Amino acid sequence: MSSTAERLTAIWEPPRSVYSWFATVDHKRIGMRYLVVSFFFLALGGLDAAFMRMQLARPESHLLTPEAYDQLFTMHGTTMIFWYASPMLSGFGNYLVPLMIGSRDMAFPRLNAFSFWTYLLSGMIHYIGITRGIAPHAGWFAYAPLTSSAYSPGYNTEFYTLALLFLAISTTAGAINFIATILTMRAPGMSLNRMPLMMWSTLTTSASIVMSLPALTAALVFLELDRRYGFHFYDPVRGGAPLLWQHLFWLFGHPWVYIIILPATGMVSMMLPTFSRRRIIGYDFVAMATVSTGLIGFGVWAHHMFATGIPHLAEGFFSAASMTVSIPSAVQIFAWLATLWAARRVERTTSMLFIVGFIVLFVIGGISGVMVASVPFDWQAHDTYFVVAHLHYVLIGMNLFPVIAAFYYWLPKMTGRMLDERLGRWNFWIMFIGMNITFFPMHILGLRGMPRRIYTYPGGLGWDRLNLIETWGAYLFALGVLLFIINVVRSQFSGAAAGSNPWKAAGLEWSVSSPPPPYNFVVIPTVASRDPLWDGHNEVGHPREERLLDESKETLGTSVLDAEPDRRLPMPEDTLLPLLLAVAITIVFLGLLFRSMLLGGGGLVAALLLTAGWMWPSNDREVTT
Amino acid sequence: MSGVIAPTDALPPGAGRLPTFGRRSRAPGWWGMVLFCATEVTLFLYFIGSWLYLRGTVTSFGAEGGHHPALGIPLTLTALLVSSSITLRWGERAIRRGDTGRLTAGLVATLVLGAAFLALQAVEYAKQEHVPQADAYWSAFYTITGFHGAHVLLGWLMLAFTLLRHTRGHFTAERHLAVENTALYWHMVDVVWIMIVSALYLAPWLW
Amino acid sequence: MMPAPVTALFQSLTRQASGGRPSTQHTAGPAADAIARLGVGMIITAAIVFAVVMVLLVWPIIRGGSTSEDAPRVIDERRWEFRWIVVGGALVPMLILAGVFVFSLGIMRADGVPSSPYEVEVIGHQWWWEVRYPANGFVTANEIHIPVGRPVRIHLRSADVIHSFWVPQLQGKTDAITGQVNETWLQANRPGVYRGECAEFCGLQHAHMSFVVVADAQGDYDAWVANQVRPAAVPTDSSALMGQKVFLSQSCSYCHTVRGTPAGARVGPDLTHLASRRTLGAGALDNSRGNLAAWIENPDRLKPGTKMPPVPLDGATLQALVAYLETLR
Repeated sequence: MSSTAERLTAIWEPPRSVYSWFATVDHKRIGMRYLVVSFFFLALGGLDAAFMRMQLARPESHLLTPEAYDQLFTMHGTTMIFWYASPMLSGFGNYLVPLMIGSRDMAFPRLNAFSFWTYLLSGMIHYIGITRGIAPHAGWFAYAPLTSSAYSPGYNTEFYTLALLFLAISTTAGAINFIATILTMRAPGMSLNRMPLMMWSTLTTSASIVMSLPALTAALVFLELDRRYGFHFYDPVRGGAPLLWQHLFWLFGHPWVYIIILPATGMVSMMLPTFSRRRIIGYDFVAMATVSTGLIGFGVWAHHMFATGIPHLAEGFFSAASMTVSIPSAVQIFAWLATLWAARRVERTTSMLFIVGFIVLFVIGGISGVMVASVPFDWQAHDTYFVVAHLHYVLIGMNLFPVIAAFYYWLPKMTGRMLDERLGRWNFWIMFIGMNITFFPMHILGLRGMPRRIYTYPGGLGWDRLNLIETWGAYLFALGVLLFIINVVRSQFSGAAAGSNPWKAAGLEWSVSSPPPPYNFVVIPTVASRDPLWDGHNEVGHPREERLLDESKETLGTSVLDAEPDRRLPMPEDTLLPLLLAVAITIVFLGLLFRSMLLGGGGLVAALLLTAGWMWPSNDREVTT
Repeated sequence: MSGVIAPTDALPPGAGRLPTFGRRSRAPGWWGMVLFCATEVTLFLYFIGSWLYLRGTVTSFGAEGGHHPALGIPLTLTALLVSSSITLRWGERAIRRGDTGRLTAGLVATLVLGAAFLALQAVEYAKQEHVPQADAYWSAFYTITGFHGAHVLLGWLMLAFTLLRHTRGHFTAERHLAVENTALYWHMVDVVWIMIVSALYLAPWLW
Repeated sequence: MMPAPVTALFQSLTRQASGGRPSTQHTAGPAADAIARLGVGMIITAAIVFAVVMVLLVWPIIRGGSTSEDAPRVIDERRWEFRWIVVGGALVPMLILAGVFVFSLGIMRADGVPSSPYEVEVIGHQWWWEVRYPANGFVTANEIHIPVGRPVRIHLRSADVIHSFWVPQLQGKTDAITGQVNETWLQANRPGVYRGECAEFCGLQHAHMSFVVVADAQGDYDAWVANQVRPAAVPTDSSALMGQKVFLSQSCSYCHTVRGTPAGARVGPDLTHLASRRTLGAGALDNSRGNLAAWIENPDRLKPGTKMPPVPLDGATLQALVAYLETLR
């Protein structure tokens, strides 16, 4: 037995070195990097917000110039939505998907490394501007023609456009990787209807990315051509239309909302049954609700445009679709509630507290979402603090809270150390109370007529006190996040050892040690139910059978529907190619940014050559496919 | 649970080893290419959707709405690209039987037709009287066809790369995923072109 | 729709004395009234839904339960799925949503732009509102007068980027979009001054792009129109006369119009009756003598980013210019 594990370690674990740090293709190391970097971006975006709240604490404040304020709220929005919310979930996905489906890595490990490097480098391009006071300043949805060269000359908007185009490469590559992994690499016996629910949400999300991100790419390409080369897509004087931007942006933007909450709801569907000590009620309903949320998400974009003068008939349609999309969410919530009621006892861990907090905030954010889906109410609430409140309940409630719950739940798996439960309780209550003090009053401010994105406001309009309260709430919330960071850091030094399955959970990831070995599974497991560790199915691997795969770096490929073993999948060794290709593409974007044909052309040629090198089979191995 | 290996050694070494090419399912790489093509087609759908949106909402789009583009060159381009898909398919089917010679012929023919497409596209550009900065119609015309042209060029490079690998004897009846994937991409570029011709060239003649 | 005490209770919760405060709850016109009622109805429904879900959520968490037993309870899952998910998660929400949708649709249909003899053109600029009364042939800025009890049609355009026209107490917002004319309407049922704002982020001074809607009794409205129609009076005292010369000889006339003088540029606001207006710089400052002088001297200090350049004048000249502008009633 030990000899198999030793053999696998020799095959899968390269010696630790500077080279292996840059060259690694291990999904666990990459996943961890995603988590760390996206948490760093969360902190940066939070810092932007802290400055904004300081400015808004009092009326007629002159702490920040209008230009600084505009850059801060733009960077806050783009950072949180693009460089925090989705990559954070990619981090969990990267780490957990192969472990949950019983695989040794992702389908395309090198592409996975490439996704990470491009994510990191695009974030750096995005942040160049703020170091020189020329960050993007037109808001995260950057409506034309405010972004045109006439109204936004200079570099500001370039950072937004190019960094997002760059990030789209990373996100698309990641989504394709997830789909291919889940469809072809599930452990034998894990047919589609036995997948962990998080796989359904990851599949839905990834498919949404594949179909929605091109809309943003199209919008940004048009914008860049208008700005740089005098094209006229958004110029009404020459046959263009500013509303084209809004249609394209929200065609992307609303599916994106579900892209950054569905994986989180998927994680909740994994954690909540564990603490209820029973399987989830309504697996089929939750899976179908997840898929239909993703689908309906493509039919609601114009609810961001109720004030633009589109025809009433269209408004009615989009209003109905927007209300319909809340039904699958309600289905998910009631599946969780049913599971809790069917439990003998719910374990009140910190993770579970964050899940309860998530459901509370989900309900509030969902209800305010239905309210703004009502066309006439939206005419009043649109572009006010009511919408700011709504979107923060959605994004903090449905993304950040499940993410923190997931850290309490899975970080022990990743590091082998438990987080402190007592500190965790403080962490939860301070974040939960801080969140509500910050954002609940914004509903009222919106109804009191406070528009969003104003850098200051006159006193005496009934806005002063609530704004001050919100600012204090924001600092309380920040304190809660700080407690979380302290808890994580402390756990690495003094946390209790986790063991392989501290929560007595059902998923395959809990069958391996914490942290998992580099090859994940000694033998690719077989699966006989949706909850493999609870079903009493005790298996023994045969030393010569097809699931052992201990002769070279390989994992098992299975069929799409029934997950029957079908092929060996050779896995690549560590390589610098992903990093080099990401750097080459960075050079292309820097060339575009600084209008240098030399940089742009050189980077492009380098990228093509590196891709060719990537595709060429390495000499010492047979051509396998 | 999955770490348990039985001590028995009844089977001969390698008895359970599967091949690297599947019998029942598609390779991860095939899914990767299908999804990549899906996202590319979607991008062009958004491009063409934008074109139709401008055509439908802006009265002055397309030289006061009355521009009827000449069809000679675009239809020739279509014929070139469709026939290049056929030659590629012909070569791809051959390699499934291990007929390497016919794959070479198919790849070369496709490369020639692809190069002819690119050359004729250049002629089509040279004949236009407007620059992309003229108005939104011409901005969109050059952007959409230009992006497509870039995709043809990329597909052409992929074909050339595949041919290079083929000369090194990489492909057999069982192992030729790169050929399949390159062909998928090339057919995708072809389908996109047909959508473009329909929206940009044919539609103005119909409505 | 809602019983009066409920509405009153709700208003007291969002207490915000009226008097120019831009509340969507203390409304003064039929359109905003209807939306406020819809809002109250939805908030009450929301509170009930929230309370029910909270009970369902919190009870199983706090109730404790048996600690020894580890095997899950045996239940009829099909039945639970039907009761909780199909009924609780799908059918009940569907009914509630259908109700909300039907009410919303009714209010939306009732909010069509009515026909009216009163029409105003409003053009959004970075960062002020141009207000035209085409039937009467005059142009003003940042201040819209309407007769009480009459619907007034508003034609919205933009001179540059997208803005959004919003008077919370009277009507929901409508965007002013480049290259497009949108329509909305206002009606106030009691006289008053209602604060309006730009609601779509439009650049540096989006925060200072407010305006007022003044609802006058018919007689006051007619008098205001009659005054606005008149060209600027010829100044009588010497200081103002000198100020007029300054206005026409300095850069002022490159951008501004004063009807009755050669100044006819349309870049900045029409100043023909500047002194009759309540604010300067689209709500940035009250319209007082001191503020006016400070504004002319360095507008950028008071409204950073404003398109109006500073006008360097010595003290006496500035005083004369202000004296002239003060005559433009």
